[in-house]
Amino acid sequence: MSKDLITLEHISKSYDGQLILDDLSLSIYENSFVTLLGPSGCGKTTTLRIIGGFEKPDQGRVIFDGQDITNLAPNKRQLNTVFQKYALFTHMTIAENIAFGLKIKNKSDSYIKDKIKYALKLVNLEGFENRMPDSLSGGQQQRIAIARAIVNEPKVLLLDEPLGALDLKMRQDMQYELKRLKDELGITFIYVTHDQEEALTMSDHIVVMNQGYIQQEGSPEKIYNEPENAFVADFIGDSNIIRSTMIRDELVEILGAKFACVDKGFGENKPVDVVIRPEDVELVAPDAGTINGVVTGLTFKGVHYEMDVEANGYEWLVHSTKLSEVGSNVGIKIDPFNIQIMNVPASEDEEAISETV
Amino acid sequence: MRKVLERIYLAIILIFMYAPILTLIVLSFNSSKSRAKWGGFTLKWYINLLSDEAVASALFNTLSIAVLATIFSTIIGTFTCIAMIGLSSKLRSIIMGITNIPMINADIVTGISLMLLFRFLHISTGFTTILLAHITFNIPFVMLSVMPRVKNINFYVYEAALDLGASRPYAFFKTILPDIVPGIVSGALMAFTMSLDDFIITYFTKGSGFETLSTLIYNEVKRGIQPEIYALSALIFVVVLVLLMIVYRAPQAKTKEK
Amino acid sequence: MKLFKSKRSAGLMASPYIAWAIIFIVVPLCMVFYYGLTSADGGFTFDNIATIMKPGYIKALKRSIVLAIISTLVCFLLSYPLGMILASMKLKKNAYIVTLFILPMWMNFLLRTLTWMTLLEGKGVINTILEFLHLPTLNIINTNGAIVLGMVYNFLPFMILPIYNALNRIDENVINAARDLGAGTVQTFLRITLPLSMPGILSGITMVFIPALTTFAISTMLGGSKILLIGNIIEQEFTQLYDWHLGSGLSIVLMIFIILNMIIENLSDNGGNN
Repeated sequence: MSKDLITLEHISKSYDGQLILDDLSLSIYENSFVTLLGPSGCGKTTTLRIIGGFEKPDQGRVIFDGQDITNLAPNKRQLNTVFQKYALFTHMTIAENIAFGLKIKNKSDSYIKDKIKYALKLVNLEGFENRMPDSLSGGQQQRIAIARAIVNEPKVLLLDEPLGALDLKMRQDMQYELKRLKDELGITFIYVTHDQEEALTMSDHIVVMNQGYIQQEGSPEKIYNEPENAFVADFIGDSNIIRSTMIRDELVEILGAKFACVDKGFGENKPVDVVIRPEDVELVAPDAGTINGVVTGLTFKGVHYEMDVEANGYEWLVHSTKLSEVGSNVGIKIDPFNIQIMNVPASEDEEAISETV
Repeated sequence: MRKVLERIYLAIILIFMYAPILTLIVLSFNSSKSRAKWGGFTLKWYINLLSDEAVASALFNTLSIAVLATIFSTIIGTFTCIAMIGLSSKLRSIIMGITNIPMINADIVTGISLMLLFRFLHISTGFTTILLAHITFNIPFVMLSVMPRVKNINFYVYEAALDLGASRPYAFFKTILPDIVPGIVSGALMAFTMSLDDFIITYFTKGSGFETLSTLIYNEVKRGIQPEIYALSALIFVVVLVLLMIVYRAPQAKTKEK
Repeated sequence: MKLFKSKRSAGLMASPYIAWAIIFIVVPLCMVFYYGLTSADGGFTFDNIATIMKPGYIKALKRSIVLAIISTLVCFLLSYPLGMILASMKLKKNAYIVTLFILPMWMNFLLRTLTWMTLLEGKGVINTILEFLHLPTLNIINTNGAIVLGMVYNFLPFMILPIYNALNRIDENVINAARDLGAGTVQTFLRITLPLSMPGILSGITMVFIPALTTFAISTMLGGSKILLIGNIIEQEFTQLYDWHLGSGLSIVLMIFIILNMIIENLSDNGGNN
């Protein structure tokens, strides 16, 4: 990737004595689509508001393009925000909403007119100039909020759960729309959401947060396939998370059976957590796998079947396109590459983090 | 710094609002009749006040009118709001339009118009005419607070009750009424306080020789303020304060329970 | 919408109030117009309304309008910053402090006026304190100033409440959005906060202006018998001179102002929306 555009250095913030962000540091690259992902109360919105200038951190600095902007007022920052529930100016027309930032910068009337036209075209709402915000659907208001922000040509667009108020279909459409917009504009998007699917679909880079800490950051593939702790594994998609013992390098004992794996360096006979994605659990004929089990539940999910398999005292979640009837005996086989080993949380603090959700 | 200035501003407005009332309360304990001198602490104005028959009867009149006007206006207002559901939108807007008149119009005009009506019909002015007037100006307040509740009634719940075998009246009392009760209660409270506080409309519809607290105070003031009035003010202020604190705290306590 | 078996049963339920409203709202108002537009012998005339142009009457009307405008303006100037401060405190519904500012609204209106009589009198509380401090005494009682003070004191809560409610309803993110788009504090206030709170301002203005314009008790108590407002004149026509025709005619004049106020309010409200 290219150079850092925004750097957060050791940011701490608390409200009413409650710590929201604890010594958080984060770098955001130019022209990337970065998602801050986490459950409500994890500090993701606060992080965004600190970048936007609506909150001041108690400690730490915000560096933008090499300059310290920690104490700069929001109206002096080269970035714009798309707010939760849109925050359109209900007493102004769509055109006036979009023109707001440009008029403040004293742009010429013809420039403003062109910009409004361009922005409405970009968000597929041509001809909406004279409508009032209240007469628009949620999805349309959302697009106007984006148009209002991007006409100011910000280097960074901050989006605070922008799709939260939309229904499922509209949300999926807008996900593609946002990706397209980002590519077209060639600017940095910082996106806040609690929806892991949204994060995986759109982002170049995901920052998983919980209780004011960054749990893991990386590409969507890395976050999904190699979660670093039980919280991330649990939060991103469905998982089988099982407390196990690392016997030695590349061999782990799960529920009393030995499985080959690819991880090294966890020591010998050390407790670990293993994460196995439900689609990575392969059901085979009895005794053909590493352990045997009985299918106890079955749900048809469209593309695949979701099955519960009782084996060695654990209820495994299995996704497969091949059907195994309830009550049938099966063997469980797992490819060594699909066993993800994680350290067991050492301190109680970390434990607390992993136990939320 | 800004916070401090804001607090100072709030304090100044509060002082402007409450200092005069507190002065009255202090004067109600002043044994000197003069407002300029402190003659020592006394309760004699309170004792005089309590033995004053004119005050007692005015208080009785005020309360009985307020209670009766509240009961009648709440019943009529609530029934009308519920009936509105079944009326055509044209008739509904006509009714609401007429209902708005006493709220928008100046009290003096409302008072005069009712006085003209009572004189024209040769109804002797007194308790009855004041009560009729109070019911008239209270109904809009009741309707204003019940109407939003009625508009938000969930008819599916009513239909569900019917579907489960409830009779229409039973379904009404079990599903719809509980939804609008908070509106009825706040409407009734509003009506009661409006009735207690009214001076202008009462003044024009009372006739001579019949006094409520408001008209009594007005007459007294025109004659010259007696310290008993201060005692009365102090008592009314304390009662209002206590009642309002109860009313304003009550809904919060309820939501906390939930 | 199946609560009623038919429109007729709903109509039946609404009929007591419809009858009530006709007898006690519509008919009395018609009577004001009838008396206002007739002379003592029953003939149609505009004389009662035209009387307002006579020197004593027009003077009272002008004074009423000027004092009501000043009082409304003072109430607005005091209430708006107060509303902004309270709204910025992000209080819960029915917060104690907000209640404190509107509580005097529920205290008897005559008693509230009485307090200022006591304070402002020649040998009243304020002058006693001033004398004690060897400062020059004030001579406010029975002046226009005392009436304005009485109006402001009485009607201030009616301005505070709607303005606070309107300001409190504004989404904090709308303000943030304006800042985000480059507006400074002043621009944000003029372009966003002020227009969005306009409905509250307008209803506050109505709730102060109409009672101030039509009062007679405040002027009687704080203006002595020297200063007459239009409300005093109307009151005297009915209670002392028993000229119902003239009293009604002047009431019609008052209603014209009330309607004018409503029209202006609606126009500016729509203006804000377009």
